[in-house]
Amino acid sequence: MALEPGTLISPAHAAAVRDPAWRGRVAWMLLAALLLWPLLVLTEFRPWQLLQPRSLRVTAHFLAGFVPPASNRDFLALVARETWRTVAIATAGVSLALLLAAPLALLATAALSVSSLAGRMAVLPFAVRQAARALMVALRTVPELVWALLFVRVVGLGPTAGVLAIGLTYGGMLGKVFAEILESCDAHPTRTLLANGSGRLQAFAYGLLPQAAPELTSYAIYRWECAIRSSVVLGFVGAGGLGQQMDSSLKMLAGSEVATMLLVFIALVGLADAVSAWLRRSLR
Amino acid sequence: MVGPSGAGKTTLLHVAACALRANSGRVLVDGQDPWAMSSWRRQQLRGHLFLAPQSPPLPPRQRVITAVLAGRLPAMSLASSVRSLLYPIDIAGAHAALNSFDMADHLFDRVDRLSGGERQRVGLARALLAPARLWLVDEPLSSLDPVRAAHSLKTLREQAAARGITLVVSLHQVEMALANFPRVIGLRDGAISFDAPSSQVSPEQLRGLYAHEPAQLDMGDELAEQPDPEAPVPMHWR
Amino acid sequence: MSRDPVAGPMLRLPASVSALRVRNSWVLLAALALVVASFWSLDLHFSAFWSSEAIRAMSRFAAEFLPPDSSPAFVRKVVLAAGETLAMSALGTLLASMLGLLLALPAAYTHSRAVWRVPTRLLLNGLRAVPELVWASLMLIAAGLGPMAGTLALTLHTTGVLGRLFAEAIENTPPGPAFALRTQGAGPAQVFLYATLPQVAPQLLSYALYRWENNIRAASILGVVGAGGLGQMLAYHLGLFQMARTATVLLAMLALVLAVDATSYFARRAMTR
Repeated sequence: MALEPGTLISPAHAAAVRDPAWRGRVAWMLLAALLLWPLLVLTEFRPWQLLQPRSLRVTAHFLAGFVPPASNRDFLALVARETWRTVAIATAGVSLALLLAAPLALLATAALSVSSLAGRMAVLPFAVRQAARALMVALRTVPELVWALLFVRVVGLGPTAGVLAIGLTYGGMLGKVFAEILESCDAHPTRTLLANGSGRLQAFAYGLLPQAAPELTSYAIYRWECAIRSSVVLGFVGAGGLGQQMDSSLKMLAGSEVATMLLVFIALVGLADAVSAWLRRSLR
Repeated sequence: MVGPSGAGKTTLLHVAACALRANSGRVLVDGQDPWAMSSWRRQQLRGHLFLAPQSPPLPPRQRVITAVLAGRLPAMSLASSVRSLLYPIDIAGAHAALNSFDMADHLFDRVDRLSGGERQRVGLARALLAPARLWLVDEPLSSLDPVRAAHSLKTLREQAAARGITLVVSLHQVEMALANFPRVIGLRDGAISFDAPSSQVSPEQLRGLYAHEPAQLDMGDELAEQPDPEAPVPMHWR
Repeated sequence: MSRDPVAGPMLRLPASVSALRVRNSWVLLAALALVVASFWSLDLHFSAFWSSEAIRAMSRFAAEFLPPDSSPAFVRKVVLAAGETLAMSALGTLLASMLGLLLALPAAYTHSRAVWRVPTRLLLNGLRAVPELVWASLMLIAAGLGPMAGTLALTLHTTGVLGRLFAEAIENTPPGPAFALRTQGAGPAQVFLYATLPQVAPQLLSYALYRWENNIRAASILGVVGAGGLGQMLAYHLGLFQMARTATVLLAMLALVLAVDATSYFARRAMTR
């Protein structure tokens, strides 16, 4: 017999008591199995295919190339050049993003609103602020790979597409977070300045910026580090840099080259992480 | 064991349970030094010891039945432990253990829905399922009201006597210690102050134990026997 | 000289080069130098962006974007691809949770010895460092084109992420119940199942659900390199400049992301009730 929590059982009946949670557990397990089946079918998940002789041969041959990683001088020079290009794409992209994000964030922050000094914000400024916010959301939502695909078609293969893609997406991200940081600052000095008649940029520079500067810089540095990873990914669709080189080596199944580039990539990301952490720490 | 706070009662219990390694001196369990053994054999030895810490070590979202059955883990294989998680292996055994402490009606409740005193009793009920020959219980009555405290202590003693288990309890309630246990050890500042049959412990020795914290000396004479259930229960003066 | 009480503040030496304000100026200069070097060394064709041909192409895109293609046959294909993408993200996250939990045990400080911990942490870091797209390209070699490569890629990357998060959660669990069971003589697996897991399970589930939100976005993209799903359709139609169909695919991606975000949010809320 099933049991409700809290019922008294006499020792005689104890042997016949069933766990009341059992029914629920069985139901959940059935539901899980029911959901799992279509997942496996839709993803064509057949891991035993990895062990088929043909696939195994290709994989083994590819992996065998990993040791030793390619280290001839020409190739290393190429990798070094491409690594610099990756960093350059990321830096240029984040610079563009900052150019885009700064005005958008300023537009979107309610702390600089003159009309709300007297009470509620007027309709037009409110609409402008919401529009700025919506634009940042739109820029953020489209994946940067999609932008890169589009731009590659327009301006051709090469770093331009990558820089633009990073600039737009990260512009949206930076804008949103900058606006949030500005909102979270103490608005009193700014409002006082505005109330006394200063221009908005002045009020920002003297009221909000001193408080927000460390956080703004810290987030920008963090995003730069993310951009390095992004630019490698974008390289796979033709935006240049280490990613594009890795893509072509993969297509040629050149295991040793891929191994070198993977190592370089991991080292690069680790280095960027360390530099970024050091910079952000020294800001405090 | 009796003694003021900080005397070392908990530490001594932990050392006896082979949970803590002493900085100096030697511990012998069944004539063997547990710290000279391999860690596997030591873990086997620990299976024969049961330590009930002062605050009940029960995961909040776990149900009482699983928490109590966990006492039997040293004797269960891994396969049956996993099976027991899906469906409890020994509901009757858990029910009987909880019944001894008056907690049988909370068999399938969640631990975080219980009060502190109820959790403490569940922690004690674990002992009844453990395959242990030595019970080390740290302040089992701290969250219990006087009626339940006396009842729980009586249950512990009866079960230990019936199974031939050595029971070591640390208590603040000195009168209960003297009334219920044949041998009392007084601890103070990390050293044994006295170790005597309870009939030979003098009030001076007790006062000496609590010399600097007389407020902690709990001479609750009125609680020596179980009070009449109809009469109003006297409140603890401390 | 600066400590001479007679002399006073006028004779204070200038701040040394390593003082904070001066150091910040160096950092700023270095950053500016990096930016300038980046723009100069890359051969950026912004002029190509503003060329009349490019502008014509872009305005053609913008015009063709709306209305999105809603013919039933195409919409059916998109829905199927969306299902594939959803399945990829869900299965990948599920497998990664199981593998991550398995690897989190040796990786946690509380549960293991250094001889297991260091290699496991290295492995998890390595899995995490490689982005999902790169894993997908690698998996295409072993698994061929199709969603299995994408699922494996998501599994590998997410195992690294979740393994590390799980290990930290396990380390931060209150140790009381585990200590009591270990002292009682229970084996390490039993201690984990009966003491640690009940305490930490809601948090692990929460991390996994949160990661699913990230993975649905990643899964949408992986198709671009050939791992199936919406990404493959996107790359195909965008490559042919079929903007109306691209718009439909993008809308489907957006709807999928919103749906998964909502499901994850409500599931996580329901758990903390």
